[in-house]
Amino acid sequence: MRKQRPSITLNILVLVGALMMVFPFLWAFVTSISPGAGLSATPQLIPENPSLSAYAELLQRLPFAQIVLNSLILAILTTVFQLITSSLAAYVFSRMPFKGRNAVFAVYLATMMIPMQVLVVPLFVEMKSLGLIDTYLGVLLPGIASAFGVFLLRQAMNSVPQDLDQAATLDGAGHFRIFGLIVLPLVRPALATLTVFAFLNSWNSFLWPLIILRTPAMKTLPVALAGLQGQYTTQWDIVMAGSVVSVLPMLALYIFTQKYIIQGVAGTGLK
Amino acid sequence: MTALQDSRSGSPGPTATTKRHRGPEVRRKTTGTRLKYGLTVAVFLIPSALPLLFFTIIPMFSAFWISLNQWNLVGPMKWVGLGNYGKLIGDPGTQGAFLHTIYYIVGYLPLVYIGGLAIALALNSRIRGRSMMRGLYFLPVVTSWIVVALVWRWLLNPSTGIVNWLLGLIGVTGPGWWTDPAWSMPSIIVASAWKDLGFVMVILLAGLQAIPEDLYEAATVDGAGRWRRLFSITLPMLSPSTFFVIVLSLINGFQVFDQVYAMTGGGPNNSSQVVVQQIYDLTFRYGRAGEASALSWLLFLFILVITLIQVRGQKKWVHYA
Repeated sequence: MRKQRPSITLNILVLVGALMMVFPFLWAFVTSISPGAGLSATPQLIPENPSLSAYAELLQRLPFAQIVLNSLILAILTTVFQLITSSLAAYVFSRMPFKGRNAVFAVYLATMMIPMQVLVVPLFVEMKSLGLIDTYLGVLLPGIASAFGVFLLRQAMNSVPQDLDQAATLDGAGHFRIFGLIVLPLVRPALATLTVFAFLNSWNSFLWPLIILRTPAMKTLPVALAGLQGQYTTQWDIVMAGSVVSVLPMLALYIFTQKYIIQGVAGTGLK
Repeated sequence: MTALQDSRSGSPGPTATTKRHRGPEVRRKTTGTRLKYGLTVAVFLIPSALPLLFFTIIPMFSAFWISLNQWNLVGPMKWVGLGNYGKLIGDPGTQGAFLHTIYYIVGYLPLVYIGGLAIALALNSRIRGRSMMRGLYFLPVVTSWIVVALVWRWLLNPSTGIVNWLLGLIGVTGPGWWTDPAWSMPSIIVASAWKDLGFVMVILLAGLQAIPEDLYEAATVDGAGRWRRLFSITLPMLSPSTFFVIVLSLINGFQVFDQVYAMTGGGPNNSSQVVVQQIYDLTFRYGRAGEASALSWLLFLFILVITLIQVRGQKKWVHYA
């Protein structure tokens, strides 16, 4: 089955499928540089008068640079916090036994099962009483710890041989030093996977920012994009320009980190 | 300072205690070292435990508390016990939302599984540009649901979208897609399957690569053909990955929201109103937070039961190597 080279037909089929994956992105781009797209029933596959006017209009109508910056800063902060909180907890679950540790770990895992939708109303109320509605802190806080991250890093730390930290212990190193100097450097691939997941999840997250942010200039990219559609239903060139701008940073990240993302996803299925 | 040092300092020589060093249970702790150990554990755990407690666990229980009341998010709460639950179960809107969500899953899952499997099988052979292809198929997975929904709304635009234009070229009058109550769910399903195909493919591909080559060789020697090998070796050996895909797809499928919100908003005529959209509308449109919380708990219990049934049922068809 795997020994012989696949037929030309199969090669072509796979290629056609891949084109179907890419085409919507290309079409979004083509639309974004075709002013007035959506006004005629015959789409122009190659725009006659390509123009960046939709992008200019986008910048004029929305504080777009600010919105991209909002999403970027929130994604970076979420990622940094998740890396810190998850790796610290993972170290305990991998290296520091105590009574009831399994029960605590089970509670961590159980939080992974709780859908965001259940939390939306009480979280909104909680943020309201803390005065955090329409603040960046309010968007950020619920995402600073991740049970998934703890689980992922614990698995990775469990596969680091304990001999190394025992040797370090004999040399007088405490847990903080073993954590920082031995275990963390050895789980770098898992940290990379978590970085990418945390960043993408935050960059793409929708429901929570939609609920908690009000001020237009504070909104994140997905929320602003969804709002754009209501305002200019027929101006597809502008909506697509917004989509292109929102895909580009993600695309850049994806090209450089594809390996970690795909490994990370593939790994989750094998557990 | 640590367990190992304690046991070492109290022993006459390294040779005598080498064996005892191995087990973590060999620990002679004083109260001081115990306290220090406990403090270290706390310092490591608190940064994640506190947020999980305050932003997941406590809200989870307060959602239940809210679900027992009538409440418009601003005024005082009015205790109604399990009234909200009773009201929801008899409400045609809720039943419709569950039915639409199930419609979504029934349409989405076969599409994404069979498609993902076909691509995984193709990419598991020595095809040209394998990792490039894998990267392309995976691209929509990392894109936000909102972008996917907007782009597909444009592709499936009834009057000026390219899909209906292409259909027109072959003489087919395309449907109204998201503007037509009969086609709104299929539109959402197609866009969602397109986005998730690469995810399922990567999971299944990892499963395929773990199947030992000699199984296929032995089967070929025994005269098994291509299809026989697929059904007698590949699919059974792949069942753990399949199980994972199905469990995850159902959990995510019942929570479908972003793409519905951005593509149809639950319309037209409530034809694509799913459960989470209903929760959102109840809370932030109609100010019926009690009912919304009850519905979110119903959804959570529903997902939990379905997942448990699958975990129970897996013995019948999932083969772990």
